[in-house]
Amino acid sequence: MIPELGNFALMLASVLALGGACLGLYAPKEPVLQNGVLSMVFGQWAFSLLAFVALVYAFMVDDFSVSYVANQSNSLLPWYYKISAAWGGHEGSFLLWILIMGTWMLAFALRSDQYPERFTARALGVLSLLNLGFICFALFTSNPFLRLIPLTPADGADLNPLLQDFGLIVHPPLLYAGYVGLAIPFAMAVAALLEGRVDATWARWCRTWTNMAWALLTCGIALGSWWAYYELGWGGWWSWDPVENASFMPWLAATALVHSLSVTENRGTFKSWTLLLAITAFSFSLLGAFIVRSGVLTSVHSFAVDPERGMYILIFLAVVVGGSLSLYAARASQSTANVSYQVLSREFFMLMNNVIMVVSLAVVLWGTLAPIGYEALTGGRISIGTPFFNAFFVPLGLVLLGTLALVPVLNWKRTRGQVVASVSQAFGLALVLGAVVWFALDPASLLVAGAVTLSVWVVLTHARQLWLRLGKGRVPAAYLGMTLAHLGFAMGTLGIAITATQSVESDVRMSPQSQIELAGQQVTFTGVIEVLGPNYRAQQGVFIVTDGDTSYELRPEKRQYFAGGNTMTEAAISAGFFADTYLSLGEPLDGGAWAVRAHYKPLVRWIWIGALLMAAGGILAVFDKRYARQRRRQEAPVAKVAAT
Amino acid sequence: MNPKRKQRLYMALFLLLVASGITALLIQISGENMNMFYPPADVVAGKAPVGEPLRAGGMVLDGSVQRSESDLGVSFVLTDHKGAEFMVRYTGILPDLFREGQGILVQGQISQNGVFEATEVLAKHDENYMPPELMELQGQQPVKQAPSMPGYPASAQDQTRLPAGAGYDS
Repeated sequence: MIPELGNFALMLASVLALGGACLGLYAPKEPVLQNGVLSMVFGQWAFSLLAFVALVYAFMVDDFSVSYVANQSNSLLPWYYKISAAWGGHEGSFLLWILIMGTWMLAFALRSDQYPERFTARALGVLSLLNLGFICFALFTSNPFLRLIPLTPADGADLNPLLQDFGLIVHPPLLYAGYVGLAIPFAMAVAALLEGRVDATWARWCRTWTNMAWALLTCGIALGSWWAYYELGWGGWWSWDPVENASFMPWLAATALVHSLSVTENRGTFKSWTLLLAITAFSFSLLGAFIVRSGVLTSVHSFAVDPERGMYILIFLAVVVGGSLSLYAARASQSTANVSYQVLSREFFMLMNNVIMVVSLAVVLWGTLAPIGYEALTGGRISIGTPFFNAFFVPLGLVLLGTLALVPVLNWKRTRGQVVASVSQAFGLALVLGAVVWFALDPASLLVAGAVTLSVWVVLTHARQLWLRLGKGRVPAAYLGMTLAHLGFAMGTLGIAITATQSVESDVRMSPQSQIELAGQQVTFTGVIEVLGPNYRAQQGVFIVTDGDTSYELRPEKRQYFAGGNTMTEAAISAGFFADTYLSLGEPLDGGAWAVRAHYKPLVRWIWIGALLMAAGGILAVFDKRYARQRRRQEAPVAKVAAT
Repeated sequence: MNPKRKQRLYMALFLLLVASGITALLIQISGENMNMFYPPADVVAGKAPVGEPLRAGGMVLDGSVQRSESDLGVSFVLTDHKGAEFMVRYTGILPDLFREGQGILVQGQISQNGVFEATEVLAKHDENYMPPELMELQGQQPVKQAPSMPGYPASAQDQTRLPAGAGYDS
C-alpha cells in the first residue's frame, strides 16, 4: 500500500511539474497566477518528499515484495544502512535526485521575493520543465516502486558490501546536491535570455546559487575520492575513471562560472560568456548522469546497462542542450561591452582561469569519450590511461598556480607595476623553499619542486594581502572566501604533487613474524586471525608498526559477507596530517604467508582538506553583505563594493 | 574594415588557432597513451604488436595459475576456450575477484618469446560483471547486469547473468 502511495505521489509531482512549467514559462503578470507557480513548486517538493519517504519506509519494514528493495536490502542490514540503501541503486538514487531537485526549487522559491516576479516565474518554469523530465524518467524507465508479486522473495539480495559504509550515506546526496544545484544558474540564465536582460544585478543573484552548488559539488567529489581511498583497498584516490570524470567536468565548468560571474557582477562584462558557462555547467551535469546511468562507458561505478534509459537521457540531454543553446544563439547580446582592461588586471586573470578551466574540460571530455568514438568508428576497443591526463594536468596545474599567486594584489582594470613587484619577495622566499625540497627529494624532481614553490608562493601572497587588509579594518566575507578557496587549492595541489610522486608503495609477500621496512618504519606481520562482524566474517591481519619509539597496531581485513559472495578488502590506515600508513591484505599464499599492500602516503590528506577549504570558501563568500536578501519593494540603490 | 571589426576578426582567428592547437595536442597525446584491446586469438595469431603497451583479455585457464615461492610473482594462462591460449606473467597483488575460470583483463606488453608481461591485472568488481570486451568473446551480447559500485548487485530475477566460464571447461 505505502509503495503505491509513493508511486502516486510521484505521479502527482509530475502533474504539478507540468503545470509549473506551463504557467511559469508563460510568465503571467497577475499576482494570483504568479503565486500559483510558487505553490506548484512547493507541491513538487512535497510530493517528491512523500515518494522518497515511502521508499525509505519500504526499506525499513523489509518489504521485499518491492523489487528494488529486494535487490538492494537484506533483513540483516543495520537500520542506518537500510536507509542509505534507498539510494544505493539506480532507481532509488534517481528518486533522491528528484527530491534534491525539488528542494533546490523550493529554496529558490522561498528566496524569490528579492527577484522580479516574472523573472522568478520564468526561472521556476524552466526548473519545473527539467523536473518534469526527471520525474518522467523515473516513472517510465526506472520506477523504484515496482512490485514482485506473487514471486516475493523471502529475503533481499543485500546491499553491495562496498556501499555498507559511512561514505555512501553522505557521498551521493552531496554530489547530487552539487549536480542538481547547477540547474539553478542554468534556469536563471535561460530566464535572463527570455527576458533579454543580463546585467550586474543578475550576476549578483546568480552568484550565491552558483557558489552553493559549486561548494557542494566540491565536497561530493572530495568525499568520493576519500571513500575510494579507504574502501577500495588499492590505496588510490583518483583513477580517471569515466564516472569520476563525469563529476569532474561539471566541476570545471562551474569553477569557470564562479569566476566569470564575478567579472560580470563587478564590471558588467563577460556577459555572454557567463551565460554560456551557466548552460555548459548544467549540461555537463546531465552528461554525467548519462554516462553513469546509461552504461555506455564501463566503469566501476556504472549502474545497469539499459539501452532504454540511455536513450531517454540522451534525448533529454539533446533537448535541454539544444534548446538552451538555440535560445542563447538567438538572444545573447551581440553588443560587446566597451570595457577595457590591461593584462595586469583582475579581468585578465579571471579570463586566464576560464581558459585553463575550459581547456581542462576539453581534455577530460576527450579522454572520456574518445574510447566510445573510436569503437563507433572502427569497432576496435581502446582505453586511455592516466599518462594522457597527466600530460595535460601537470602543466595546466602549474600555470594555474602561477597565475593564482598574483591574484591578491590585482585590481580591476589595471594594476600598478610596483604593486605587482611586491609579490616578488614572496616568490624569492618560495623559491628558497622549493630549492630545499629539490635537494631533499630523492630522486630530485623539478616538477615537484616547481609545484612546491608555486603553492607556497600562492599561500604567501594570499596570506600577506589578507594580513594587510585585516590591518586596515573589516574584510568582506567574499574576500575571505576567495582567500580561503585559493589557499585550499594550493594545499590540495601540493598534496597531489607530493602524494603522487613521493609515496612509497610496496606490494610484498609476508610470512608470519616477518618484517619489512616502510619509509623508516618497521612493519611486522604477526599473523591472521578470524573475527566475526554483525553480517560478515573476516580474516584479520595483525601488523605492528614501529616508528622510532612509538609503535601501534594495524588490522586490515578480508571480509566475507553472509548475504553476498564478494570478498571485500578492508584497508587499515594510520591517518596523519603529514602522512598516512596504509596496509591492506591481498590474497593468502602458501605456508600462512599473505600478499600485503604496504603504502606510505605523505600529504595525502591535504588533497581532501584542500578541497574542503575550497568548498568552505565558496560558502563563506555567499554570506557577504552584498548578497544579503534585498526585498523587491525596498530595493535600495546598490552600493558599490570596492572589495573583490 | 573598421577597427572594431578588425579586432574581432583577429580575436576569432586567434581563438581558432588556439583551439586547433589544443585539438592537435589532444589527438597526439591520446594517440601516444592509447591501449588497444586484443582477444586471445589475436595475441596468438601475432596480430598484437610485440613490445608495445596494450590490453588483452580472456578467461583464466583452470589449473594454470602458478605462484612464485619467494615473491608475488604469478603466471597464468588466458584462453578463449576456442583453442587460443597465451601465458601471462605478473608480479603484484591480484584483484579480489581473480579466480580460475574468471574473465579478466591484463594491461602490459608482449615480450619477444610471446609471454604477456602484465603491469596491471583487472578483474570484475562484482561477481556478475563481465567486461564488455570479454562478453563479445563469449559470443554473448552485453547483458543487463553491469559493473557496479554505487552498485547494482545481482537482481533476484535476472536470468541473464553469466555463470563465470560455465559451459566452456573441456
